[in-house]
Order: sequence, then C-alpha cells, then structure tokens
Amino acid sequence: MGATIHLNAITHRYKAGAPTVLEDIDDQIKSGERVVLIGRSGCGKSTLLHMIAGLLMPAEGCVKIAGRQVVRPSAKWNMMFQKPSLYPWMNVRDNVALGLRFAGAGKAEIRERVAGLLDLVGLADQAGANVQSLSGGQQQRVALARSLATRPDVLLLDEPFSALDAFTRASLQQEVAGICGDLGITLVTVTHDIDEAILMADRVLIMGRNPGRIEARLTVDLPWPRDPGSVDFQQRRRALMEQFQQTDQFQQTGDGSRTERPPSSAQDRDGAPWRRVSNG
Amino acid sequence: MNTLASRARPTAPAWPALWRRAAPLAWPLGGIAVMLFVWWLGGLYLAGNPDTLMFASFAPGPTFAALWRMLGEAALWDAIGASLYRIGAGLFWGALIGIPLGIVIGYFSLAMRMANLPFQFLRMISPLAWMPLAVLIFDTWDGAIVFLILMASLWPIVFSTAHGVKRIDPGWFKVARNLGADSLQMLRRVILPAVMMDMMAGIRLAVGVAWVVLVPAEYLGVTSGLGYAINDARDTLDYAALTAVVLVIGVIGFALDSLCVMLMRRFNWQLEG
Repeated sequence: MGATIHLNAITHRYKAGAPTVLEDIDDQIKSGERVVLIGRSGCGKSTLLHMIAGLLMPAEGCVKIAGRQVVRPSAKWNMMFQKPSLYPWMNVRDNVALGLRFAGAGKAEIRERVAGLLDLVGLADQAGANVQSLSGGQQQRVALARSLATRPDVLLLDEPFSALDAFTRASLQQEVAGICGDLGITLVTVTHDIDEAILMADRVLIMGRNPGRIEARLTVDLPWPRDPGSVDFQQRRRALMEQFQQTDQFQQTGDGSRTERPPSSAQDRDGAPWRRVSNG
Repeated sequence: MNTLASRARPTAPAWPALWRRAAPLAWPLGGIAVMLFVWWLGGLYLAGNPDTLMFASFAPGPTFAALWRMLGEAALWDAIGASLYRIGAGLFWGALIGIPLGIVIGYFSLAMRMANLPFQFLRMISPLAWMPLAVLIFDTWDGAIVFLILMASLWPIVFSTAHGVKRIDPGWFKVARNLGADSLQMLRRVILPAVMMDMMAGIRLAVGVAWVVLVPAEYLGVTSGLGYAINDARDTLDYAALTAVVLVIGVIGFALDSLCVMLMRRFNWQLEG
C-alpha cells in the first residue's frame, strides 16, 4: 500500500482569461508520507486536492500517482470530505461496504473486510445502526471506514474534521494519522488549522494565494502519536506560525512581480490560521 | 364524604384514559356520521318533494341494501376487476415512461430547461381531451382508456421524480464517483434509493388523478368497469345501485391512496423526529 504522488508544474484557471487559481505547483509526496496542505481560504488548496483525486483536471501540468497520470477518480485514491455524506438508506455496514460492492467483491470478502474496518474505527457494535442516529464524529468514522474499504494507496482529506467538536476532532486526527501510518497509506490533508497540521503531518506545505502557490515547506520530525501538550509540539507550531506570517507579509508587501492585494483584504475575513492561537 | 371521595378516586381517571385511546378513532367516525346524516337529509328532501320522489333511492337506506345485494353478485366484482386492470396498466406505463424521463430531466439541467415549458403545457391538458385521439390510435376501448390513464399519471410521476433527483445531495454523487461507481451503479445504489420517496409521492398523486379520470373515461364506449356500471344503473333507473357504485369507487380510491401512503412509509429513509 501507499503510492508516490507527483505534482508536475500544475497551473490552473477555471476559464481561459480567468484569474490564475494555482500557479506552478511542483512537489513529490513519498509513498506513505503524511502531508498537510495549509493556507488561507481561497488559496486553492482544496482545488489542488480535487485534482489529486481526479475530480478536476488541471489546465496545465499533471498529477501522477504511482507514476501514472490521474485522469479520473478511483477507489485507489480516495477522498474524504468535510461532510461525511453517508447514504441514509443504508445502515453503517452497507455504507462501509459500498466501494467493495462497486468493485464487485464477493459477499464473504465484503463481510470480513467490513467487520475488520468497523473494529478499526471502533464502531463494531453499530454495524446495523441507522447512520442518521450517529453523532458527527461517528459519522466521520463510518466515512473513514468506507474510504479505507477499497484499500486505497492514497487518502485525501478535505477539512474532514472541521465540523466536529474539539475532543472528537483531536481523537480522530490522531486516529487517521495513526491508521494511515500503520497501513502505509499516503495521506494528504487540507486544513487551515495549525494544530491539525502539526498533529497529522510529516511535512507541511504552506500555500499562499492570488495565485495559489506553495510558498514554503516544513518538515515535522516528531514521533507518533503526537502530544499537543509537549514542548516540541509547541515549538513546531510556533515555527509553522512564523513561516505562515512571513508568507503573508511577503504577499502583503509584494515583490513587484506579484499582484498586490489591497491592505483591507490582507487580513483575511475569517483569519482562519490564527483562530486557534489563543486557545492553544 | 372523605371516604366516598377516596373510594371514588381510583375509578375516576379511567374515563379520560379511555377517551384518550378512543379519540383518534372517534373524530373520523364522527365525521363519517355527519356525512351519513347529511346524505340521509338529502334523501329525505328528495322523498318529500313529489317532483324528485323517483330519485329517493339515492338515500343511504336503499343504497346500502343495493350494495349488500351487489356484493353477492359477480357483475360488481367484474366491474371492479376491469377498472383495477385499467388503472394498473395505465400506472405501469406511466411509471415506466415517467420515472426514467424524470431522472433524465432532474439530472441534466439542460433537459430540465428544455422540458419544463412543454411539459407544464401538456400537464394542464385534461387527460380526457385526448379521448378522440386515443380512440383513433388504439384498436380497443381498453387500450384507449389505458392510454388516458397513462396521460393522467405521467406528469405527476415525471415532475416528482425530477424534483427528487434535483434535490439529491451533491456529496452523494461525489462520494460514489470517488468510490469507483459506474453510471449503472450510481443509478441503482444512489439515485434510485435517494428518490424512491419522491417517486412514490408522484405515484400517489398519479393514482389520485388516474382514479378520478378513470370513471368518466369508462362512460365512453366500454361495456365494463365501474364507470360503465354507473352509466348502466342510470339507464336502468336503478338509482340505489348507482349510488352503491359511487360508494365502491370512493372506498377503492381511498384504499389505493392508503396503499401508496404505506409504500411511501416503507421507502422513507428519513429518520423521524
């Protein structure tokens, strides 16, 4: 399991003549690596993730997974969204089994694999439950099991925990990073949450916007599972913050070759990356 | 005084409790009683006037007597069978054409934009207006009536299904595509179960319209069915039998609607409350 992801000179605009959303994105994500894409709203990080998933084609450049260009979605590189989007007419078990059914797996195989996955995400006793009766965290766990069912090489997370309460979020972040580490799955997470980035990443890609570019890369060399209370954690967090602020300043002052943004919009409306600083 | 009150207390709450349990049934039964009373008054009025005396058997008494007699005869059951066959066949074709059409219109916004105006226009044409055309096209009266039922049931099914498809959570499509669903699997595992409820709601509306259209359609030409039975009773001046058939039409219509409601509950995946 696990596969290398190549991002080859990706530049994207939605229409010819429209503003550039992504510019010259170039990176190589190693097999089994856990990477976090972090940036302010509108920096194109989610767009980039959709491209890796094959849900969107870049205007220029390409995404390669395990050496092959991505041109369509596949159960081998699976995406989880902010909303779990479970199918309410299926119980927990059938939701998890769906990808296997699509792939034409046999009944016995489905039963065995689903039972194992529900064990893994701690929902073995809810197999027959109506998904609508589950809590938000449990629903996201079902979505995780559903994504893992097809034994993906790559798992892509689009802010999948942002709608959850802080405790559930923290435990799921650890769990997902742990599971992907154990199974050797390459994990790419999009977030605007600095703690989430340090908690889940081997490497953080910091994205700036207008147009979206990878402005900095930060390696997080902490042991797993991570302890948000540790001094090392806080230090990495500060490093990421500083890196982020530099990126922002760089964007505010401009370097002549870039489009300058008006000062009023320099501080983002939601200020997302900084929001959790005071709580930390 | 004290002892009396304490002795009476245990039995006192029995009445409200009994009432609570009976009330849900009592109100509808009361409504039916009012309807029967008004009907009976009407019969009394007809009987009291020499000009309308001949129609007095429209009243509840003669009607129920006639109904009781007819329930033992094959003719009524044949008429019910013929009518149910026609409505069944018409609804079958209506669903067979309407559901796929509704899915296409709901899924592709271009199809929706193209179809909306002509379909809204066609929808407003009384199904009975197609009668002369239906008679020309179909060899048999049965075929023509089934066609009219089809025309009556098509639009509610098309619009309900399309509406349901349009409301499907886009996330469900995205996740299914991500999990490797092909078009057929998407249809079977996502679209159809997601819109099942809306489809059933459309079929319920269709049953209502179709059942209403069936009777006048059976006034024309055919020699079987409940509509024909009404016409036949009128021609033979058997007004009690006429009202009995009207009663049967009402009861069957109510039963068909209840069946639809039951099916809607069966396919409802939304958690109550």
